[in-house]
Amino acid sequence: MAMIEIRNITKSYGEFKVFNGLSLEVEEHQVVCLIGPSGCGKSTLLRCMNGLETIQGGEIRIHGDRMSGPGVDVNALRRDVGIVFQSYNLFPHMTVLENVTLAPVKVLGQNRAEAEAKALHLLKRIGLEHKAKEYPDRLSGGQQQRVAIVRALAMGPMVLLLDEITSALDPELVSEVLNIVRDLAAEGMTMLLATHEMGFAREVASKICFLYGGKVHEEGPPSRIFSNPTEERTRAFLQRIIEAGRL
Amino acid sequence: MVSTDDSRESGPAASLLGGDRHWSAGTPPKDVTGWSITALFVTILVVFAAWSTLSGIHSALSTVKSESLIGTAILVLCGVAVLALFRPAVQSWRQAQEAKRTLAGSDMVGARVATAASREFAYVTFGYAAVVVILLAVAQFFIANNLAVSQTFFQLSLIGSSLALTLKAFWTNIYIFVVAEILVLIWGLIVAIARLLPGDAARPVRLISTIYTDMFRGLPAIINIYLIGFGIPLTGLPVLKDLSPESYAILALTLTYGAYVAEVYRSGIESIHWSQVAAARSLGLSYMQTLRYVVVPQAVRRIIPPLLNDFIGLQKDTALVNVIGSIDAFNQARIIASNHFNLSPVTTVALLFILITIPQTRLVDRLIERDQRRMRAGGN
Repeated sequence: MAMIEIRNITKSYGEFKVFNGLSLEVEEHQVVCLIGPSGCGKSTLLRCMNGLETIQGGEIRIHGDRMSGPGVDVNALRRDVGIVFQSYNLFPHMTVLENVTLAPVKVLGQNRAEAEAKALHLLKRIGLEHKAKEYPDRLSGGQQQRVAIVRALAMGPMVLLLDEITSALDPELVSEVLNIVRDLAAEGMTMLLATHEMGFAREVASKICFLYGGKVHEEGPPSRIFSNPTEERTRAFLQRIIEAGRL
Repeated sequence: MVSTDDSRESGPAASLLGGDRHWSAGTPPKDVTGWSITALFVTILVVFAAWSTLSGIHSALSTVKSESLIGTAILVLCGVAVLALFRPAVQSWRQAQEAKRTLAGSDMVGARVATAASREFAYVTFGYAAVVVILLAVAQFFIANNLAVSQTFFQLSLIGSSLALTLKAFWTNIYIFVVAEILVLIWGLIVAIARLLPGDAARPVRLISTIYTDMFRGLPAIINIYLIGFGIPLTGLPVLKDLSPESYAILALTLTYGAYVAEVYRSGIESIHWSQVAAARSLGLSYMQTLRYVVVPQAVRRIIPPLLNDFIGLQKDTALVNVIGSIDAFNQARIIASNHFNLSPVTTVALLFILITIPQTRLVDRLIERDQRRMRAGGN
């Protein structure tokens, strides 16, 4: 049994069907990359997985336990499943250190000194210890996104969702963020990435899922998907990525 | 192969550049002599108007036997100061001539610089002249009918003798608005949060807080104060019936301004981008924790200017308590004014209300600036 099982989920915005019976399985320590055209539901899928959005049909199970629908403790679910957003979403009125320690102190009940020590340790690990007292606005996009990853990690999540985390970054800042993701993958963190960084996906992913028509249209190891996709839609999508000079 | 959705024009490619393209910015500057002459003409007119008004003030002062050496010196000084208008006007004229000269010598860049300077000096002249004209109009109003306006509103001797009493009564206003403002800050936030509670369970709470804000924003403050100030004692309710008029005023103003401030809070809270809520919730913070640590602290920073607006409104409305007989500054001043048949004490109160708002505005500007410097990029 896979650690995360997404079974036959459906969701509509009015007439538009985002998911039309989508299913997906994620094993522990896997890095799953979601690719596909804009509006195919990559981000929405991630947001449904930690309860930021609700699904209308089907179910999501973690270790066989149903984690969708009424009665789920979403606050606890979100401790298990962390998420990092495209636009960082750091809290602008708090320093870097306050951003990282807010949830450990208020949600996990850690005392401040303990939480700050852990936060500083993590910040040191990503080389931003000296920015601990700065406000997010004074940091570059890449630095802000690294802090956002640390903020999610400070809660000790079992799974990490990364929602196009490099899409808002200047090209030369992308690598500093991806290096952290690379390290996390090496340490065995289970991750789902919605991404347009095909080169990176090819490198770190255990599995590539091409989302189209509200379903996982094609999935497989990166070596096969990128060199020999079987589906016409997947080929057309990848062809456009190549035309744009991104693969 | 790949079918693209967008239909490009096929056949012989139409040019993207179009046909009619040429440079436009290299033309010589326009002649600005007209502007500089107008500036000189306006200056001469304003100076004559000023001198005539100043001599009017002097003769008005001598008819009421209150001319003094210092007064005359000030008037003469004003007469000289107004001559400063000639400086930009003359500069404008000079630069216009310079522009003509350089253009004749085919120095296009020099001509452009001089033209721009001439125009700028002409505009400076008009700007200052306009303000002088407004000040002259005000001065004319005050000296009209043998200083009637000045005497009615600004009788210095009466202002001086009544100041202590008025100031003492003004403490009542300060007491009322300080207590009311503290209560309004708390009450307004409670109402705003009640109105924004999510889910079906909170529907009745949202409804009642909407009804409250609609009612008390629509109800004139003066009627509210009147009803509470006279009505509650008549009801004979224990404790409530024995409160002071000031307490009734605080209660009424809190109810009225609580409704305004709740709406200000609400707009501030709604202006915080949903992605901030998403970030907080996805860290496991509850709805109330998200409000408390993420949304409200950011919202409060944004609503400080409109909040100050409402507070200044509240401060001014403390003058309405005279309808329930409380001796505030306005009521006190009216009593003195009717005894002396002169409005100068009321002017004092008016000035007091204006004076207390100015430092608040500056203080708030300073606070916002400091907060932004701390959080924004650039410069330590």
